[in-house]
Amino acid sequence: MFDTPFFAPTSILLQGAVVGLIFGFLLQKGGVTRFNTIVGQFLLRDHTVLKIMLTAMIVGGAGVYAMLQLGAIEALHVKSAQLLANGLGGLIFGVGMATLGYCPGSAVAAIGDGSRDAIPGVLGMVFGAGVYAAAFPWIKAHILPVGDMGKVTLSTTTGLSPWWFVIGLAVLGAAGFYMLERWESRGASGGSRPAGGGVARTA
Amino acid sequence: MSNPLRIPRWSPYAVGAGIGVLSWATFYFMDKALGASTSMVNAAGAIVGVVSPEHAKSNEYLAAHIVGKPVFDWQMALVVMMGFGALLAAVLGRSRRVERVPSIWAFRFGPSRAVRYTGAFIGGAVLLFGARMAGGCTSGHGISGGLQLALSSWVFIVAMFAAGIGAAHLLYTRKAV
Repeated sequence: MFDTPFFAPTSILLQGAVVGLIFGFLLQKGGVTRFNTIVGQFLLRDHTVLKIMLTAMIVGGAGVYAMLQLGAIEALHVKSAQLLANGLGGLIFGVGMATLGYCPGSAVAAIGDGSRDAIPGVLGMVFGAGVYAAAFPWIKAHILPVGDMGKVTLSTTTGLSPWWFVIGLAVLGAAGFYMLERWESRGASGGSRPAGGGVARTA
Repeated sequence: MSNPLRIPRWSPYAVGAGIGVLSWATFYFMDKALGASTSMVNAAGAIVGVVSPEHAKSNEYLAAHIVGKPVFDWQMALVVMMGFGALLAAVLGRSRRVERVPSIWAFRFGPSRAVRYTGAFIGGAVLLFGARMAGGCTSGHGISGGLQLALSSWVFIVAMFAAGIGAAHLLYTRKAV
């Protein structure tokens, strides 16, 4: 914005636009553009969010680590482990997400899907970003340095191959999802589940 | 007959696998990882930058996002188009529905739009403050960081679910008074 044009080069914007279009499309088809799906996860009534996130991590992780090993990509994009900031920020984020009922990406997608309450939600996010910027000097001095370990992964921290974690997640996920699906199809537990919850894969 | 694009709701495993494959593409073709919350800082920076350029440039955090780099970048294009992607999916699946006060919210806080919109604004502000402190959100940490096995992201994910579960039970399990 200052010392550069406002817009990135068109080719970069087009790439982002295509990815965003697909990402938003998938989130709507998954039902996570709805408050009741997100809050239903936190209320442990509807496990759609967990199923989507964990499957994305397993599939994504297998591909990204395979590409890294084969030299198809050169580097990862790991964010710094600043343990107090990651943990405290995660707690604050969770409280905000339970109140809003969307996360940043799914809120924008939710607007497209007709969830009007996501509009003040996104405005609140921009406001929250400004508040964080104002508080940044203090946070940088007192929060960010605590437990700063740099850009480490579970693999580099433990010295184990990343495949232990990717395969471990896949095995745990598969077993967990198998039991969850059995439990969900058996129970449906007396209508405590919000409308539109659960897995609808028929048509 | 059954065109998948016309099906209103997909299996969450299919959606998750799709997002996983989408991340392969962002790493391979674009050398980038999916994320969303940085764009909210760019947006805040642009607003402050228009109202008071000196103020924006003198704030270390905002300056890092808007000085010497474009505000409307790869991720901003991605975030904006997410709305259109969801719209397209909803129209094709005929599942678009205007909702102002979700039922779980209304159960506890009543049908008032003003109350819901105020709650959404506050929730959004709190959520983004947390995301910037942690260094990412459900996309950047939850999906991209999680799949890269980043320690930062796994700490974030555990904290997010713990706080979300606790807060949702406190907020929504009692009926409106």
